[in-house]
Amino acid sequence: MLTDTGKIEEMATRMAEQDVRGRSPWADARRRFLRNKAAMTALVVLVLVALFAAFGAQFTSFNNEDIDFMVIGQVAELGYPSLASGHYFGTDDLGRDLYARTVQGTQISLMVGILGAGVAVVVGTLYGAISGYVGGALDNFMMRIVDVLMAIPYMFVLIIMLTAFGRSISLLFIGIGLLSWLDMSRIVRGQTLSLKHKEFIEAARASGVSSAKIILRHIVPNLLGVVVVYATLLIPSMIMAESFISFLGLGVQEPDTSWGALISEGARTMKFGTLWQLAFPLFFFVVTIFAFYFVGDGLRDALDPKDR
Amino acid sequence: MLSYIARRIMIAIPTLLVLIVFSFLLMHLAPGSPFTQERAIPPEILANLEAKYGLDQPLYVQLLQYIKNVVFHFDFGPSFVYKDRTVNEIIANGFPITLTYGVLSFVVAVVVGVTLGACAAIYQNSWLDYITVGISIGAQVLPNFVMAPILVLIFTLMLGWLPGGGWEGGQWQYLVMPVIALSTSYMASIARLTRSSMLEVLTSNHIRTARAKGMPARRIILNHALKPAMLPVVSYLGPTFVAMVTGSVVIDMYFSTGGIGLAFVNAALNRDYSLMMGVTILVGALTILFSLIVDLLYAWIDPRIRH
Repeated sequence: MLTDTGKIEEMATRMAEQDVRGRSPWADARRRFLRNKAAMTALVVLVLVALFAAFGAQFTSFNNEDIDFMVIGQVAELGYPSLASGHYFGTDDLGRDLYARTVQGTQISLMVGILGAGVAVVVGTLYGAISGYVGGALDNFMMRIVDVLMAIPYMFVLIIMLTAFGRSISLLFIGIGLLSWLDMSRIVRGQTLSLKHKEFIEAARASGVSSAKIILRHIVPNLLGVVVVYATLLIPSMIMAESFISFLGLGVQEPDTSWGALISEGARTMKFGTLWQLAFPLFFFVVTIFAFYFVGDGLRDALDPKDR
Repeated sequence: MLSYIARRIMIAIPTLLVLIVFSFLLMHLAPGSPFTQERAIPPEILANLEAKYGLDQPLYVQLLQYIKNVVFHFDFGPSFVYKDRTVNEIIANGFPITLTYGVLSFVVAVVVGVTLGACAAIYQNSWLDYITVGISIGAQVLPNFVMAPILVLIFTLMLGWLPGGGWEGGQWQYLVMPVIALSTSYMASIARLTRSSMLEVLTSNHIRTARAKGMPARRIILNHALKPAMLPVVSYLGPTFVAMVTGSVVIDMYFSTGGIGLAFVNAALNRDYSLMMGVTILVGALTILFSLIVDLLYAWIDPRIRH
């Protein structure tokens, strides 16, 4: 035999002395995510965009409403981006500072994205978990409802809602969120179905835990991985939906703005040679959506290794 | 197969009814009447107006009447804003336009997407593959309202090749940019889906058997690989179709093509409730019909679904 008994003994004592610490699945996932260069870069980009939204307004003396009367009427000649004039991103068609407006648009777009996804995740997770856990006729009924709602052209319904109840940001994100929990509930239901026959659920039921508590304390935490991944991918689609509606002029109202409204304005005025009005909002929109997709992909790889 | 079709239709009918009731209630729960204007209308005239549009009836009578008109007569009633036109006329005006560029975009997205994706999978790790993957990742962030201004910037303002908007009876110059703007991001998604499912199918047993028998590569791909590889793509056709219809709103706004999307946005801005409902119900009915077709197609491709 070629084994070196000395070395083996040495290793055995070393292992006995060191306490072996297990890694939780979450720690494993974190390691996998931290090693994913694309996802980490995207995360850094997202943090930068968030910082821009939070503190960007500190670095300019203009706000999103004030009109700079020096450039009005000559926006194409004088309103270009420059550090000297203080309009870092130039001004818009009315002479308002585009930097300040982009900061404000970023705040609103991110807020709609995150809150809308939040509404969708909470509603979708609870709905799917209840439907999957209870099963039987209730499950059948609840999923038929989802089928029916799936077939409704939700962008049109959302616009009807905004017209009927007045345009406001809160209605916008509640509406976007409430109309997009359907996919979430289907995914969660599928996961719940496979979870509910596991031993730990059986044990909980045998020891007399109520159904509501089992769903909240045992089912939902185990769904967290899937939910987190899906939520990250849901945020960019929320941002897109909001931008779509604001692009049509049916979303946020002046003087508030969002990426969609800014892109719409920029697209309308670019023929006057004021290309920066399109370029800056578009840049932020594209970069952020990209970053969310990469973070979402990274999270999926990290949390669901069997899917690779 | 027949019972499957029957079951699917049984779901489609209540869906349509829910859509009608839902949008009807939304409209009528809204504060203010459609005739609320800045200058108050004398009460007698208001009463007359409401009588003309049936708004003085109880809500459920109005609802039943509306459903009866829509379902049995395809009649969406008069427009609340354009006094001399019915909703049907306005829709009939714009719908052919939307249908033209919508169907074209759909065909472009599916044909180009499937071809690109399949080629990328067949020539995996070649330059064609890398370009396809690159485009399909990049195009994710180019929805129609982003593509439209970019296209106009390049082809109208910089190169001057294409008109920036208009319809002119659907001449090809006026169709190019709407079709590209509508189809790009969906073409990319379809290419990505096709590529990954094709790669999976190409390594499966029945393809290896066909190869071992000495079947020519072209026949393997066309006869044996393409059909199973199409399954995820087929299930994506429904969302693609919905996106084409929804996207028509942006296209009509930005390119002034004059389809039903324009009618819808104007109706939203003017609070023309009957027109908004008419367009929504039409679009919903089309969506339901299309998802029915897609499901049947799916069942035809994959016999396991039927049972």
